[in-house]
Amino acid sequence: MFKLKCDDFLIYDEATGTYSMSAEQQVRDETEKNKWRSCGFTLLKDWRLYLMLVPLLLVYLLWRYLPMTELLAAFKNPGTAGATEVSQQDWYGLSNFSELFFGAQRTAFWQAFRNTFIIAFYGLLFGFPFPIILALFFNEIKSNVTRSILQVCVYLPKFMSTVIITSLAIVLFRGPTRANSTEGVGVITKLLLLISPSKQFEEVVKSSTFGLVFSTRYFRAIYQITGIWEHGGYDSIVFFGAVIAVSPTSYEAAQIDGAGKMAQMRYVVIPSILSTVVIMLIMKVGSLLSVGYEKVYLMSNSDNYAAADIVATLSNRWNDSGNTTLGIAAEMVNNLIGMILVLGANAVAKRAADVSLY
Amino acid sequence: MKRKLEISELIFKIISYVLLIVFALMCVYPFIYALSSSFSSADAVNTGSVILWPVSVQAEAYRYVFTQNVFWISYANTLFLAVFGTIWCMFYTILGAYALSKKRLMGRHAFNFFLVFTMWFSAGIIPQYRNYLTTGDVLAGIAGASFENIDQKWLIILAMGMNATNVILLRNAFEGVPSEIEEAARIDGATELQILTKVYIPMSKATIATVALFFGISRWNGYFWAMKMMPNQRYSWPVQVFIRDFIDQTSGLVKIPAEGSDWETVIPAGFDSSKLSALSVVYAMVICAVIPILCIYPFIQKYFAKGVNMGGVKE
Repeated sequence: MFKLKCDDFLIYDEATGTYSMSAEQQVRDETEKNKWRSCGFTLLKDWRLYLMLVPLLLVYLLWRYLPMTELLAAFKNPGTAGATEVSQQDWYGLSNFSELFFGAQRTAFWQAFRNTFIIAFYGLLFGFPFPIILALFFNEIKSNVTRSILQVCVYLPKFMSTVIITSLAIVLFRGPTRANSTEGVGVITKLLLLISPSKQFEEVVKSSTFGLVFSTRYFRAIYQITGIWEHGGYDSIVFFGAVIAVSPTSYEAAQIDGAGKMAQMRYVVIPSILSTVVIMLIMKVGSLLSVGYEKVYLMSNSDNYAAADIVATLSNRWNDSGNTTLGIAAEMVNNLIGMILVLGANAVAKRAADVSLY
Repeated sequence: MKRKLEISELIFKIISYVLLIVFALMCVYPFIYALSSSFSSADAVNTGSVILWPVSVQAEAYRYVFTQNVFWISYANTLFLAVFGTIWCMFYTILGAYALSKKRLMGRHAFNFFLVFTMWFSAGIIPQYRNYLTTGDVLAGIAGASFENIDQKWLIILAMGMNATNVILLRNAFEGVPSEIEEAARIDGATELQILTKVYIPMSKATIATVALFFGISRWNGYFWAMKMMPNQRYSWPVQVFIRDFIDQTSGLVKIPAEGSDWETVIPAGFDSSKLSALSVVYAMVICAVIPILCIYPFIQKYFAKGVNMGGVKE
């Protein structure tokens, strides 16, 4: 007779030719039934854990999630008479966004959007390889004392506040104290004047009223240089960790095979640190649009908005001048694109390197 | 086995040393320059003749800074924000990270997502600003005062400086504590809080120190929200806001000064204008603001290096 193959949840009785439920299955059913009860039980038993979680969740709820409700203002009419609260305003549909993209404010918005991208992209282009190179260099220094001293020096700027860094940048790159001269320029401006052969640069310096930081022409360069100066050393820690993890025997094997330094780099070091590099690159791409607005805010004024104004500072300024809904809409667009980049980068990381950052 | 360096290896080594030393010098030079300039005469600073060492040494800039009460009030404010802000952030971060590190916590993934989502998407400056105003109002109401009258420092301490990466860092460290130890403590009759304070915290001291330092440094260095929340409450400003405001006020140092510019009138009686200039005061203030960090920096930097390698990366 045909016999079902289902030993683990049914028992076949030869004598009667019937099936009955196995003991294991009964236990399983029982567990299933009790699952929700045990859920409640664990909740009760671990109430202390949940209590510990409350302050953290509360802080995040109040000051990270509650602000998101304000985003509704992006869809509200800014001009509703007598309404100060967002909830009192009339719905406005997507008019704020069309105003942003195509309306009167579009030049300012697209300029800020482009600047955000350019600053972020240059940051990636120059800021990303630098710490890797630094880590490779650090690996060459075999004396622990020398290396520690150098590391203490290069990590230092990371611990300085944005205000200190930008203040130093402003005064070190400052312009002349008297018009149409190069008198009293900042020490770095002075150095640049010494080494720069171009007359054009001298002209720019002479005519710069607020110094090079606040000039449209040099803002981006100074922003990236100070960025590398600030983060380069500290970011190299991660790569240095990866480089020193390369086993010395790999080097020896390569040396015996007659590999020079370049060949060792190419065939030993780079493949070993590649996974770290990929992870960090993906992380960087993910945070591409979250350009630190504090630093830009401190380094920009009306003179260099053409190069320095980013979406965050622009929307902050719009808010100050009473254009709140438009500002919220602008930053929301920026942050949504940023989120898509993060999630996309994470998906790529998952697929490519089998690592998930979150 | 000592092997002779190959020529390419030697060249690379030399390049490494040279470039690293150059970069290291670049990293410390601005601070040395600021220190030297703060001790130089007004003329030397204004004409830019200070390169490395102080020129015609004076301490007038420091004498001026020391007489500025507002500066020291702002200094105290920064200290206040850093200390209490760090304590508050550590309080909820340690508790929360401990709970999140437990595999048996139900809804653990949901809570983690709740945290991590804030790293992906933030509402932006204006929504946050409006939110601070409304929540500050509510909190002030609870404390029985009106928002205008309370010291906004408390709102800054409570509401700002949160950092999901730090929570994850600490959570990972707690997850690394062997669960056998926890079970042993539980059998000995330890409560949840005792397990945390007697087992987990001592066993992850290094990470806790790192996270506390991350919080402390970001509090010490915080600028934007303090400026945004209390633009006019001069006596509540942290030192970063004060320094920036000073630079903006004495724009003579970044702008070509007009005849009889602002700064000339600012130089108070009893100070020698040939010794004191806005620039050297800025340098002196920068040095004053940086000194606490410089003092603790040699001791803490190894923790930071560790903290980075512990990382938030989950494989």
